[in-house]
Amino acid sequence: MHNHLRAHPHHRPPEHSLEQSSPREPRKRLSIALAGQPNVGKSTVFNILTGLNQHVGNWPGKTVEQRTGTLDHHGLVLDLIDLPGAYSLTCSSPEETVTRDYIIHERPDVVMVVINAACIERNLYLVAELLALPAPIVIGLNMIDVAKQEGFEVNPEVLAAAIGVPVIPMIATKGIGVHELIDAAIDVALHGPSGEPNRPEVREDHRQVLAELESLIKGYVPDPYPQDWVALKLFEGDREVIDMMRLQLPADSWEPVQSILQAHEDAMLAVASGRYEWISRMTRAALKRPRSGQVTLTSRLDRYATHPFWGLLILAAVLGITFYLTYSIGGPLQSWLAENVVGGLARWFAVVLSSAPTWMSGLVVDGLIGGAGLMISFLPILLIFFIVMGILEDVGYMARAAYVVDRFMHVIGLHGKSFLPLFLGFGCNVPAIMGARVIEDKRSRIATIMLAPLVPCAARLGVLTILVPVFFPQHATLVSWLLTGLPLVVLALMGMVLKRIYLKDEDNIFIMEMPLYHVPNARTIALFVWNQLLGFLQKAGTTILAMSIVIWALSTLPSGDIETSYLAQFGRLLEPIGRLMGLGWRPMVALLSSFVAKENAISSMSVLYNVSQDPAMLSQALRADMSTAAGLAYLVAQMLFIPCASTVAVIKQETGSWKWTLLNILFLTLLTLVAGILAYQLGSLIL
Amino acid sequence: MCLVYARGRRKALRTEVFLDAIELTLLNLLPDDSGLVVALKGGRRFVARLAALGFTPGARVIMVRNHGASPVIVRVLDTQVALGRGQAERVIIRKSA
Repeated sequence: MHNHLRAHPHHRPPEHSLEQSSPREPRKRLSIALAGQPNVGKSTVFNILTGLNQHVGNWPGKTVEQRTGTLDHHGLVLDLIDLPGAYSLTCSSPEETVTRDYIIHERPDVVMVVINAACIERNLYLVAELLALPAPIVIGLNMIDVAKQEGFEVNPEVLAAAIGVPVIPMIATKGIGVHELIDAAIDVALHGPSGEPNRPEVREDHRQVLAELESLIKGYVPDPYPQDWVALKLFEGDREVIDMMRLQLPADSWEPVQSILQAHEDAMLAVASGRYEWISRMTRAALKRPRSGQVTLTSRLDRYATHPFWGLLILAAVLGITFYLTYSIGGPLQSWLAENVVGGLARWFAVVLSSAPTWMSGLVVDGLIGGAGLMISFLPILLIFFIVMGILEDVGYMARAAYVVDRFMHVIGLHGKSFLPLFLGFGCNVPAIMGARVIEDKRSRIATIMLAPLVPCAARLGVLTILVPVFFPQHATLVSWLLTGLPLVVLALMGMVLKRIYLKDEDNIFIMEMPLYHVPNARTIALFVWNQLLGFLQKAGTTILAMSIVIWALSTLPSGDIETSYLAQFGRLLEPIGRLMGLGWRPMVALLSSFVAKENAISSMSVLYNVSQDPAMLSQALRADMSTAAGLAYLVAQMLFIPCASTVAVIKQETGSWKWTLLNILFLTLLTLVAGILAYQLGSLIL
Repeated sequence: MCLVYARGRRKALRTEVFLDAIELTLLNLLPDDSGLVVALKGGRRFVARLAALGFTPGARVIMVRNHGASPVIVRVLDTQVALGRGQAERVIIRKSA
């Protein structure tokens, strides 16, 4: 059932670590897992420990991010694994399943649990669950500065004495306590825990039934599951454990188990109450809470940030500033890169390869540099956008944004949590679709993924800014705004349709913690941005590079003349459809090539209109070939057309379904055709 | 019951006598009101998720935001949690001073 976890990279000796270890004496390896609830600064701890020496991937068979890293520490090799943030281990989300399966099946040498000192009690709930699992733990008591600012007084030694496990005070954002935490973890991993920890029990009135349950399953619990843990989870009504034990137990033993479970369907609350009783015993001496009524920084800020009116205004301002920064700094940087770096490189290669065969300079200058270079020139825009998003997320604002927009998102069948992923889409649809993972309910997540491609990404908007002035020199700004709004209107309409036919009311569950505001951490943000950009470069880079070569080859072969190339032949096949939109074969091919990458539309046009050497000629060539109405139709089609190949690949990956992926493509293709034809026909009447 | 919170505090106070017989939910709390959780209505997953956030019988909750069609924000166990109105309606409470 859990074999997939065994394939984890962590347990294959990574090659690079073999090189590092000295040939004389193989160094000792320890596996250390990092656990914690969301919003405790766990990623910061992981980032400080591993830096860029981390690998980001997926848990096998799950759309849950997995981060692993290796570090050398006092002659030891530490394999660090960052378990996903989870509030409990009740298997109600993939994050929780992944965390408990990992600890049970992989038995890390020690688990470091990071807890937030400003909400110790709720954070200890996860500790209570982890203590029932077969791995020793150490606790990192993080954010003691934030706790102090909020008026809490926590005594780590007293807490450690109460629970019976090491508790290390930390301020991870300043690097304080992180190394003490890892030292304490190593100590426990090498020498074992110093004593039995104090474990929670179920509420008194349920203890006898639980003991009865445990005696019934005795001898039937498969390895490596701890028997008392299985009994507890059965009692909680845990689907996965119930299914496992039904298969393990002979039918006549299963019956009494089942009747106990049926008689105690509400036992979950008894178990949870037992944990909180334990928590209040553990914290009684160690925690002093603020006087009630004390106004904290977070509540002062939230007075405005979650206010029904001011909250919206603040959100609008935040979004406005995000776009302003992105395009006012990123835009000029992009043009500069395109002109000087990419253009310079192309000119340089053109000179160097002037004596080489024409096909070779064509391949390098038009194919390689034309395609990959354009993509690189989008990096500044993405860089700035992701930095701003990273800051907003790290400060804690994004939860407020999700809260404020929730009531509007309901109109289109989604809820507040869909907002952040959709907003990321303005940078790039790939992280947008991956960001939909924060939505727990499958239907809401799929709906968000289906709608995400309708958020115009930086590349689509880039094409827009180049082409709109060509056809609408007088009203470029107005037309740009209308064209940007168009897919968003379609998104809202589509959302309403999905709400009617696909989403169910009970799927729309919105439960979200509003974390405390805190000063952003540069390192956390830098790594967020780095991972986003790396993802973009890897996903987009490989396909774009390959496809721009393919497009170049198709536009050159067989005769070297574009008018008779394979691409032109294909484009002419599409001419009857194109004619309805007023488009000749060249814009049709350009539109198709934007499937590879949206920015390809421009480079394909340069090739197709034979103006690669002088991009300034493109607007003349376009105006000569297309009417204003046809230009409008092209722009409308460009904004609604199926997303780029990398986005489609991610849709498949995240929905895990070809049906949804193909449905998305089919829908957007039809939409493009209908809207393009309408735009041309209406445009011809008016313009 | 909806009228109670929609019409403001004064109205809520006046109807309290009658509400004692009726089940109160989180939605009946006005900002700054506090209450004690009595029960959670829902499937195991729902109960498990809320319990992990601190909503267990006897837990004290303080309403922070409760307006219009927006989710409510409540303070529980030193954290603020936003709950959709549909979810808040399934948390049964008793008012406390």
